[in-house]
Amino acid sequence: MRGSFYGIKTMLAASVLATSMSFAVPSYAQEETIKVGILHSLSGTMAISETTLKDTMLFLIDEQNKKGGLLGKKLEAVVVDPASDWPLFAEKARELISVNKVSAVFGCWTSVSRKSVLPVFEELNNILFYPVQYEGEESQRNVFYTGAAPNQQAIPAVDYLMNDEGVERWVLAGTDYVYPQTTNKILQAYLESKGVAKEDIMVNYTPFGHSDWQTIVTDIKNFGSAGKKTAVVSTINGDANVPFYKELANQGIKAEDIPVVAFSVGEEELAGLDTAPLVGHLTAWNYFQSVDTPENADFIAKWKEYTKNPDRVTNDPMEAHVIGFNMWIKAVEKAGTTEPDAVIDSIIGVSVPNLTGGYSAMMPNHHITKPVLIGEIQADGQMETVWQTSGLVVGDEWSDYLPDSKDLIADWRAPMSCGNFNVAAGKCGGKGTN
Amino acid sequence: MTFLRAIGLLILLFATSGASAQSNETALRETIGGLSSAKNFRETEEIVRSLGATGDPVVGRVLNALSDGNVSFRKSDNTVFIVSERAGRAKLFDPISGDEVGEAATTELTKVKVNNGLRRSIREVFATLTLGSPNPAVRQRAADTMFISPDPAAIEGLDAAIAKEDVASVKERMIQARAAAVLASDLPEADKLAAIEVIGARGDRSALSLLVSYQGRSEGALREAAASAAAGIESTIAVWNAAQNVWYGISLGSVLLLAAIGLAITFGVMGVINMAHGEMVMIGAYTTFVVQNIIRTSYPGLFDYSLAIALPLAFLVAGFVGLVMERGLIRFLYGRPLETLLATWGVSLVLQQLVRTIFGPTNREVGNPSWMSGSFQLGEMAITWNRLWIVVFSLAVFVLLLYIFNRTAWGLQMRAVTANRRMAASMGIRTPWVDAFTFALGSGIAGIAGVALSQVDNVSPDLGQGYIIDSFMVVVFGGVGNLWGTLVGAMSLGILNKFLEPYAGAVLGKILVLVLIILFIQKRPRGLFALKGRAVEA
Repeated sequence: MRGSFYGIKTMLAASVLATSMSFAVPSYAQEETIKVGILHSLSGTMAISETTLKDTMLFLIDEQNKKGGLLGKKLEAVVVDPASDWPLFAEKARELISVNKVSAVFGCWTSVSRKSVLPVFEELNNILFYPVQYEGEESQRNVFYTGAAPNQQAIPAVDYLMNDEGVERWVLAGTDYVYPQTTNKILQAYLESKGVAKEDIMVNYTPFGHSDWQTIVTDIKNFGSAGKKTAVVSTINGDANVPFYKELANQGIKAEDIPVVAFSVGEEELAGLDTAPLVGHLTAWNYFQSVDTPENADFIAKWKEYTKNPDRVTNDPMEAHVIGFNMWIKAVEKAGTTEPDAVIDSIIGVSVPNLTGGYSAMMPNHHITKPVLIGEIQADGQMETVWQTSGLVVGDEWSDYLPDSKDLIADWRAPMSCGNFNVAAGKCGGKGTN
Repeated sequence: MTFLRAIGLLILLFATSGASAQSNETALRETIGGLSSAKNFRETEEIVRSLGATGDPVVGRVLNALSDGNVSFRKSDNTVFIVSERAGRAKLFDPISGDEVGEAATTELTKVKVNNGLRRSIREVFATLTLGSPNPAVRQRAADTMFISPDPAAIEGLDAAIAKEDVASVKERMIQARAAAVLASDLPEADKLAAIEVIGARGDRSALSLLVSYQGRSEGALREAAASAAAGIESTIAVWNAAQNVWYGISLGSVLLLAAIGLAITFGVMGVINMAHGEMVMIGAYTTFVVQNIIRTSYPGLFDYSLAIALPLAFLVAGFVGLVMERGLIRFLYGRPLETLLATWGVSLVLQQLVRTIFGPTNREVGNPSWMSGSFQLGEMAITWNRLWIVVFSLAVFVLLLYIFNRTAWGLQMRAVTANRRMAASMGIRTPWVDAFTFALGSGIAGIAGVALSQVDNVSPDLGQGYIIDSFMVVVFGGVGNLWGTLVGAMSLGILNKFLEPYAGAVLGKILVLVLIILFIQKRPRGLFALKGRAVEA
């Protein structure tokens, strides 16, 4: 028995190597396999975040094969590299589905890459699991959103600051692209509905990879000296965070005075930073590596063993892939086939354990239920949970706080089968017909 | 007689304080022990407050440790310790005496959790405890904390402290803290008016913050006084903000100068369109990372010198890569700018992916040495040390290059080859070697720029890409082939950018700068300091 385990492992490793080198399917895989596509950038600017997710998928597939595979067949990963190039995402998705005949695809990070592959998945009728927190305002039949919608991350974080920290003045700082802009629009509407005056909200956008934060940090300092408790809500993307936090620390802005709550900073991003001056700044996610549950301890131990690196960290999008992958497995077992149409129907209502000690379920709007955790950054680069929702929060695809989406709902069960059903008008179709 | 009585009194005092100290200590231990059973932050805060209420300075130790997250209790017997963790083991210290009392595995301990609100309360409690500290710096910090979070109950304590204080500057802070507390109290209007004046005279951001919030909850004469004091502070701060913008401009300019000055040599002097210039910067930054890594694991004491050690190494590594590039590729492409552009762009991609393969795609941590962390206050401007040193460093590099170009034989040869290659060759200058070493020099300078940029930016494989466009912009704007042009170009672009940013935002500001440069190049195609004479025609 043990011998065969070894055999599978080496074979899999070899096949992964071959696919990642030549894009082609290994020709010597004798038995029939179920193919799973992995569509994450391994080069270019997004490689920093996405490479880990590719490793996570390989790890999950490896684990599943150790358990005997799926429907009596082995799983086989097909890795492609869309190179952080948005149009290339669509091409590579097409290649995965029509050439490699994969049964499902796990991938994408930025919203723009997801938007670019949407038409491909619709046309070729396949399944995409999207693992990253995003701005909402979308529900598509072929996509399952396992990351957080704004109400599963941004809104609870703002609530925490308002109620527990007594914040009255808000800086919404973000990188200039679709996720921060939509999130900030929702947050602004939400804050105003809670009675925050317009002059108590400052919105600021910066370009990708912005590195000179001196002026903006001073602006924040000035904005914060108006006699009201001030906080920064940051949707600053990946790389630009490091110089931002460095500047905050150097200019002596402490978390006790002006806390920063970030939605895109996880354990992975903090790994490139001396976190001692950042202690107390906040992050909002649905998972932290520091969460103390047996499921999580087990996952981290196996992950470190798989990567052979005791310093490897885990993060929220990884957990989203874990949940998404397990849901797909369960749905395929339930349907008895990997046929996308059957899986899309059977996956709704499937519930699997998440790593924070509860169960996450796939809802009819293709979003999942998750707990929301607020954590404070610690000196060792980990987060410590200081607050969490008492139960699970259902992902809300169409925000209730934006005037043109508050009447929309999504329900992909028959007979409605609609991603943007307008409750007020009583018919399918509304803003954003995707 | 009086002398004797005084001594007797003193003895009595010591005896009683000794006795009460003992009973105090048991009470304190009991209170501190409560930390192990606190269920939420509110309960922990109550314990912190009651510790502060004892007024005993010894609790400062445990409060400090708690604020730093270094207080844990042993799971087996709920005893609270101050801990210092290292690699899974923790040294245990007594929370009151601070003596080391043992060791435990971190798994046997549970940390007492703290959050921002709790850290704030600890800071306030700590301030009231340390107002009588023998160290003036500590007293001043205490007074400043009390100013930011005024508490009417503290007026008495502050009065006593002010009476005892003999350091003028600390006394002033205490008077200001008292004024802040007066505003929060229900004392008569005359006292409050005086307090507003004291706070207004302080004139910084925290004073402004206090006054604005007070303005919101007062009326009549007090409201007017607060409003006019706040307006006074706002106008001073506006002046400081303008000064700050100039400083930020210089600081951004110095970063641009560092990134561009190597290019001013390879592109400006030699005319090679080197798209891999940014990657030389990146290589310099990674050299710093490697140096710091070795220092961290083997010679932790040398950490503050890590940048000084990295500088020559970065110069050599990047210079060597430049030399190989010139000998292996660029020398075959002289006079063919389009091919050079494409070839060097290819090299840049290769270098990026190479670094990504060796070091991984994620950011690498490059620490700031202690002399490059934090900031100092100049009026209402916060000047960060790392930016200040980068300005100094970039000017030093500039002066050094100027010296090499104008005062050394090698510089003379370089200029001769640039001005007229065939003539220089006829004079016995080995032009291929001058080319190779000039290119290596430009690359090496880019490498040491990388050491400096590792202090303000991400060390990732994409580091260089963020600077390549800016570098070309500076060199073209300043005038190709002129070091002074690069200096003036970098500084004016930096300052222009920083003056536009507050009004137009970072995104639009950058666009505006680009538009202005395009317009400028239309008017003066050769940049600010155009080379004149035959070299231009060649």
